[in-house]
Amino acid sequence: MSDRVAVVGVGAVPPRPLSVDRSYRELGFESATRAYGDAGVTHQDIESFISVCEDFHEGTSITDEYTPDQLGAVLRPVHTIAGDGLQGVAAAVMLIRTGIADLVAVEAHCKTSNILTHEQVLAMALDPTYERALRVTPHFVAGMEMRRYLHETGSPEDAVAMVVVKNRRHALGNPVAAYGGILSPDDVLASATVCEPLRELEISPNSDGAVVLVLASEEAARRTPKPVWIRGVGWASGSPWLAGRSWGQASYAGVAAEMAYRMAGITQPDREIRFAEIDDTYAYKELQHLEAAQLAPRADVTRMVMEGDTRRDGRLPVNPSGGSLGMGYCFDATALYRTAEAVRQIRGEAGRAQVAQATTGLVVSWRGIPTQSGGALVLSAD
Amino acid sequence: MARTRAKPAIARAQAPPYVPLRGHPLNEEEFRGQVGSTAWAPRLEYAWDAGVAISRFLDGLRQGKIYGVRCRRCGRTVTPPRAFCELDFKPMDEWVELLDTGTINTFSICYVTWDMKPLRVPQIPAVIEIDGTSPRVGFLHLVGGVRGRTVTEIRRQVRAGLPVRAVWKPPAKREGAITDILYFEPVRKRTKK
Repeated sequence: MSDRVAVVGVGAVPPRPLSVDRSYRELGFESATRAYGDAGVTHQDIESFISVCEDFHEGTSITDEYTPDQLGAVLRPVHTIAGDGLQGVAAAVMLIRTGIADLVAVEAHCKTSNILTHEQVLAMALDPTYERALRVTPHFVAGMEMRRYLHETGSPEDAVAMVVVKNRRHALGNPVAAYGGILSPDDVLASATVCEPLRELEISPNSDGAVVLVLASEEAARRTPKPVWIRGVGWASGSPWLAGRSWGQASYAGVAAEMAYRMAGITQPDREIRFAEIDDTYAYKELQHLEAAQLAPRADVTRMVMEGDTRRDGRLPVNPSGGSLGMGYCFDATALYRTAEAVRQIRGEAGRAQVAQATTGLVVSWRGIPTQSGGALVLSAD
Repeated sequence: MARTRAKPAIARAQAPPYVPLRGHPLNEEEFRGQVGSTAWAPRLEYAWDAGVAISRFLDGLRQGKIYGVRCRRCGRTVTPPRAFCELDFKPMDEWVELLDTGTINTFSICYVTWDMKPLRVPQIPAVIEIDGTSPRVGFLHLVGGVRGRTVTEIRRQVRAGLPVRAVWKPPAKREGAITDILYFEPVRKRTKK
């Protein structure tokens, strides 16, 4: 039996800052319908279902119990990953490689617009006895990470601004992206300071959305029209202590990427990876993740971004979809949006956002502040 | 067959002499003072988008109507409505206006509030199969209009299979919520046709 696993179906609704017309169940139903149709399967063919969600984001306890209906999973095997989207993908890979299922659906959604006190929800993620008592906006964690990154690397703030400029411009080529725009680095640097050095335009706008992926064993994938192969998957978490973390670099992403590369047999990531869809919840994160995934040595990251190497037509296109800065940040669903966009690239279905020779792509995810958790996924055409 | 007698691994210790415990149970104030702890009162507020199906359902309640939806594939009519059939995984086919009468599927008699405070007059949550829906498709609400407060008194009047009818708020006070129906009361006399 083959150990190979493929993404055979993707379905998503366009992320939008509001989605008052439909409930999360209705968004999920549309995404699942699209994903199953994309894979050429029915809900009855899917043998196991995984939901990536967190109670605090939903305002419902045991929120996964509300998942089965919209996936066609009533009285079927369902479980939840309360974590990063790529941890959900990893769970699906394990279900398939252990022979438990040949077809698995992974779902994530977010209704960020329904959370009226978002900062309070974020604050609940800080240690209650030690960190929360200071009563500082949780965005400070990002401000401090960015400060240390700039300090250690000597990167100018222009490089961070350039990530925003690039991703917003990329979003113009992606018909489902909500935040396309032509900006200059000065526009970004002139936007309001949130937690200095972090500026308003360097923070991905919260969005509502829903994504469903269908994963398959090699045997099942051969019966579907457009399989994209998962060559490697990895995930890792650092220590939660704010005081003792490696602020200047995304260590979790480094470990996750190494794990994925080892599985994929990739020894020279900067040559073998042709494009990347990587977490850019905050613009500086894209720079940190590029370094962590060994796509560029620390000393070269700034130059690469400033010289346009990471643009869609550059040597290593990064977030050709527009990333979260260009499409919106979808909490638990973000990693699955990045994965769905990477799959479209490898299939050659990205339209105006298409990267030339997008044969092998990398997805890097981050679970968001204040976490030190993330994942990596290597996808390939064969 | 030879048998060896198991030896006790350790000699049994003598029971300690009985000494009554001193003091009294810690109350909330003492507990906070004695044990290292921090408090945090979260302010978590949400406003959930009800969506296509539930929005129309709530609008119906405001007008004193119970709406359901029908799936032509499985033939079920269900309420509260949903946009898609969870069994057939397809959009629902049509809206139907239902009666505001039904039958109790199951119920309980609750002598505590939702946050576990004692209640002298119990709440009676019930699953009510609204007339016109398919069997086993319930509608969670309360049973009211029942005399007495003891289990015996209530069980005399409420049972699984009992026909009930919605008691609505006056139209001016309805707000498009499930609470626009105050409760379901037993139908005591059925008019003979």
